[in-house]
Amino acid sequence: MSLREMAKQPDLLAPGHRLCAGCGEAVTARLVLKAVRGPTIVTAATGCLEVATTIFPYTAWDLPWIHTAFENAAANASGIEAAFRAMKRKGRGPLAKYEHIDVIAFAGDGGTYDIGLQALSGALERGHDFVYVLLDNEAYMNTGIQRSGGTPRCAATTTSPAGRVIPGKREWKKPIDEIVVAHEIPYVATVSASYPTDLIRKMRCALEAEGPAFIHAFVPCPRGWRFPSEQTIALGRLAVQTCLFPLWECRLEEGRPRYTLSSPSLSIAKNPERKRPIEEYLEKQGRFRHLFRPERRDDLIKEIQEWVDLKWERLLEKAL
Amino acid sequence: MTGQKSAPGWRELPHGAVPYKSSREYKTGDWGVLKPKIDFGRCTKCTLCHFYCPEGAIRMRGDGYPEVDYDFCKGCGICAAECPVKCIEMVRRG
Ligand code: SF4
Ligand code: SF4
Repeated sequence: MSLREMAKQPDLLAPGHRLCAGCGEAVTARLVLKAVRGPTIVTAATGCLEVATTIFPYTAWDLPWIHTAFENAAANASGIEAAFRAMKRKGRGPLAKYEHIDVIAFAGDGGTYDIGLQALSGALERGHDFVYVLLDNEAYMNTGIQRSGGTPRCAATTTSPAGRVIPGKREWKKPIDEIVVAHEIPYVATVSASYPTDLIRKMRCALEAEGPAFIHAFVPCPRGWRFPSEQTIALGRLAVQTCLFPLWECRLEEGRPRYTLSSPSLSIAKNPERKRPIEEYLEKQGRFRHLFRPERRDDLIKEIQEWVDLKWERLLEKAL
Repeated sequence: MTGQKSAPGWRELPHGAVPYKSSREYKTGDWGVLKPKIDFGRCTKCTLCHFYCPEGAIRMRGDGYPEVDYDFCKGCGICAAECPVKCIEMVRRG
């Protein structure tokens, strides 16, 4: 489908939601829902998306939507899928009349890397047919920017503030994709709203996969990362261009995970001179300000660059 | 609970807290200071502004041109920053 045709698809996330101006989650959720192919039920863990789209008595969801607690988006999705299958088998119940129902679970990084990890792991292991969409804005933004397992090293948050003693968060980002791939599910992919065609295509593949699928979306947050709202898309693009967040997909073929780089990252793999230095990405965000002022922390910038390079090399080893 | 004769069975419980109005009834168009102004003479109908708007406030019209719904635009400036031919300008609301 071309962009022009996809533009005609009605939006399933209605305007009037109260996510911040320039919110990357809003763009991502809109694009994810552009890929919906038939009857679909959505469930969302506690988080910015849930809070800001369903302020009573309003809802921004133009499809069935169920709120769940912080930790159990994946368990809830499992229940929805199991209920559908049971009704279908017995031929009774409100969902029995549908040929198929897609189930999408949205959760943030807090609800995935930390609080929802065991529910996610359990649902993947049981093999429920659903798509889990991780909206990774790299901290607990909804409650006021607390660090999560998804927060990158050196980012300042309210619970990992940058000061004289520590330079922001001390730990590296948890390798959630590897953890998910290790569950040997049919489909895992990374996406960025800065690349809408790639995102919508991958979401469609995820829906079509039989069994669990996992979509990891990189979601710039103007409020929590401290950058002007119009730069959300540009920053997402820079994360891909610096290879901090490469775009790829991984299918399980004959028991082996097969990684494929998506075109924006593949072109960098082929032309390594196009890979941009991580500094360009860091310097645009207030959460990394202390790496540049009052004095430049070349040691830390270098450390981050080396980490990005290592992760990128490790991906290339798997994907080429 | 005091004063309650017998607790309701699960079948009698309400179906949960159900937001029953569309957020379309809640206008966010007054959030921003700036609003986009599109120069249709230069617009190439590429549709990118439609995809990148967090509010879904840009609709592609039948003739292929974008149209901003100022009832919901929060003035974030993404459309102006991302338009490949730079034909969107952010101007003061007034
Ligand atoms: S300024 Fe932001 S909210 Fe308004 S139309 Fe442009 S992208 Fe949408
Ligand atoms: S991004 Fe610019 S050129 Fe493309 S449709 Fe929007 S206004 Fe027109």
